[in-house]
Amino acid sequence: MTRTQARRTRFAPGTVPVLVVLAVLLVALAFVGTAYQQPAGYLALLKRAAPLMILAIGQYFVIVSGGFDLSVGSLVTAEVVIAARLIDGDDSATGWVILVLLLIGAVVGLVNGVITTRLLVPSFIVTLGMLLVLDGAVFLWTGGAPRGALSDSFRTIGRQGIDGVPVIGQVPWSVVVLAVLVTMAVVFMRGPTGRTLVAVGDNETAVWLGGGRVERLRTLAFVLSGLSAAVAAILLGGFAGVSAQVGDGLEFRVITAVVLGGVVLGGGRGSVVAAMAGALTLESLFSLLNLLGVSGGLESTVQGVIIIAAVAYAAIDWRRKRA
Amino acid sequence: MAPIVRMNGINKRFLGVDALKDIDLELHAGEVHALVGENGAGKSTLMKILAGAHRPDTGTIVLNGQLVSFASPVHAQRAGIAIVHQEMTLLPDRSVAENVYLGREPVRRGHVDRARMQAATADLLDRLGERGITPRTPVRRLPVAQQQVVEIVKALSMDARVIAMDEPTAALAEHEVELLYDLVGRLRADGIAVLYVSHRMREVFDLSQRITVLKDGALVTSAATTEMTPDQLVRAMVGRPLDAMFPDRAKTRGPVRVSVRGGGNERLRDITIDLAAGEIVGLAGLQGAGRSAVARALTGVDPLTRGEVEVDDRPVRIRSPRAAIRHGIAHVTEDRKGEGLALRQTVRDNTMLVRNAVFGRSRIDVDRLLGSVGLAAGRTGQEVRFLSGGNQQKVVLAKWLAVAPKVLVADEPTRGIDVGAKRGVYELLRELACSGVAILMISSELPELIGMSDRILVMRDGHLAGELPAGSSEEAVMALATGSGA
Repeated sequence: MTRTQARRTRFAPGTVPVLVVLAVLLVALAFVGTAYQQPAGYLALLKRAAPLMILAIGQYFVIVSGGFDLSVGSLVTAEVVIAARLIDGDDSATGWVILVLLLIGAVVGLVNGVITTRLLVPSFIVTLGMLLVLDGAVFLWTGGAPRGALSDSFRTIGRQGIDGVPVIGQVPWSVVVLAVLVTMAVVFMRGPTGRTLVAVGDNETAVWLGGGRVERLRTLAFVLSGLSAAVAAILLGGFAGVSAQVGDGLEFRVITAVVLGGVVLGGGRGSVVAAMAGALTLESLFSLLNLLGVSGGLESTVQGVIIIAAVAYAAIDWRRKRA
Repeated sequence: MAPIVRMNGINKRFLGVDALKDIDLELHAGEVHALVGENGAGKSTLMKILAGAHRPDTGTIVLNGQLVSFASPVHAQRAGIAIVHQEMTLLPDRSVAENVYLGREPVRRGHVDRARMQAATADLLDRLGERGITPRTPVRRLPVAQQQVVEIVKALSMDARVIAMDEPTAALAEHEVELLYDLVGRLRADGIAVLYVSHRMREVFDLSQRITVLKDGALVTSAATTEMTPDQLVRAMVGRPLDAMFPDRAKTRGPVRVSVRGGGNERLRDITIDLAAGEIVGLAGLQGAGRSAVARALTGVDPLTRGEVEVDDRPVRIRSPRAAIRHGIAHVTEDRKGEGLALRQTVRDNTMLVRNAVFGRSRIDVDRLLGSVGLAAGRTGQEVRFLSGGNQQKVVLAKWLAVAPKVLVADEPTRGIDVGAKRGVYELLRELACSGVAILMISSELPELIGMSDRILVMRDGHLAGELPAGSSEEAVMALATGSGA
């Protein structure tokens, strides 16, 4: 009894399945791909997965508080395109451009949040609108082919790492960034604001009557999501370079990841660590399919199946508990 | 006369726990059989077995002299057994007739035969002597009591001979309760057997001909209502006499903690109240008289637009729940599940809800706090939706204790919880008062309000009609509330 109790506090409900699936996939990778027989292989996987995992942190905040953020994919694209244009190969511009990118992410999130909470437009619609607005703006600005270039130091964050670490060799910067953000997210979610945010997703009225500032909290979630998109853009820009397609489909991929992590759509339930585990699971699955020679074109199909299955699973689980 | 339903030796186990042990129950035509007991005593389980939602492990059900076994509630309905649920199952935007015939609409030439449906519904309403409802009215526009009538009409439309009512007054206002009394009377006259599940003593004695008491899944006693006193009934339910339900009153009255002078808003006018440390002030009145409006004004939900409010002799403005909490005013809301708790969060998170939301990072001993409201340790990680109503209410109280309020406004603090848990709430409120909190308590149950209050304020039409001392009679309160006595 005491042991189950202890386990219950360590893993939020819905967390265990995704961890099991993740473990199975990670082991399977070692059997299929030779690269995964060394730590470096997994580190590379983590490096590839880092942007999605970071997006998952941001999306988690929004979903757990009862919303949706569909704008992150085009926000990532917009950020990368803007970064290339502003830096235009000038290394010394890197620092302030990164600050500008974070600011843009926060402002986009703020707009999403304010429209959702003050004008009472459902977040699904607000962020869908934002997706289209950003898409169009990027196209208008670039004419389809982004101009400018990222600086080397900008790309370092997505591409390079800390060399000479014993056993594993190089620790990618993106993994370091990820680790820092994970820690911050976990601490935040354990704190009063994080706990209140989840409660908002569960019962807004109770939080408001309990003195909570519901609108501010939900807006904060969108701001954090926008910031996470900015960070993901910085990593992706470095990793994949400049293109007007860099963020395509990321919004659906990250929502799939978060749902796979057992976070319930509509809010009130799920842990941030599980959301990230969902993102890593998704990336591992795609890597595995890739190694097995499955066409990349199937990725979206797989994603579709996963999102339906994950939501269905959560629903079944819920009904069982109620009976 | 032979009973319509005879349940014999019903046993049911859930996950190795005895939910019902060897229960016998008979329902007769034209008789109201009250089923009482604390939460978890097995009332719902027994009702669900009768209605085909659960199957008994052993035991038999004989309906009209025939042995029956229901595979599902639909089968029970076809056999003439219907349940009127505590939570309404009507579709608010459909008409009365559409709700009554939902899923069984009469069809003519491939279309729903509305005329027939409405005529049939009107007939049934007539049979109940219910003239206030027209079949075309959308259910949303009806008050809760009339929605209940629709539920019952629905049952009658399926030729129900047995109707089980699960806490039918839980959602009703006082004046609506009268309507329900009439309705139950008419059902009896119609030869329907009614199984009436309720927590409320008065209803049980007013309405029933026979009372069966369950405790921990076993039948404690079953007797004709005339042969039982309220005292015996409470003792059968909890093993404790009625007069011991309420803790002793306060002997001292401390300084005034909150005072309202000439307060008003759209619902209220000229409200002047002083609440002093150490006292429990009862707020009585008919539904709609403005009791909850006072609670909502004091706690910033629907703020006052006129008048002055002082907390500890300092003038304050309370324009939001947050402002009220910052001034030390706590609000136990009427609707525990809808407004009080985040049901899918843990006991710990709910206990910390207000503290987290308003005061940010600060550590307190949650286990000790929960212990002080009488909640067993080791439950802090459990989701509150799995708790009983009484324990949920303890979490609500703990949530407010966590911010050490000066004033506690408690709107129907014992609604829908069992007798034992009610006593727990009474004691807690009294302890809080003794520790220097000023308490304003609202309750529709007059015996409770009178038993708890150090003085009683009575409301009528949005203003205070008068004040009564501790221990006043129900008649005195009602006279003020209705304006008939003076």
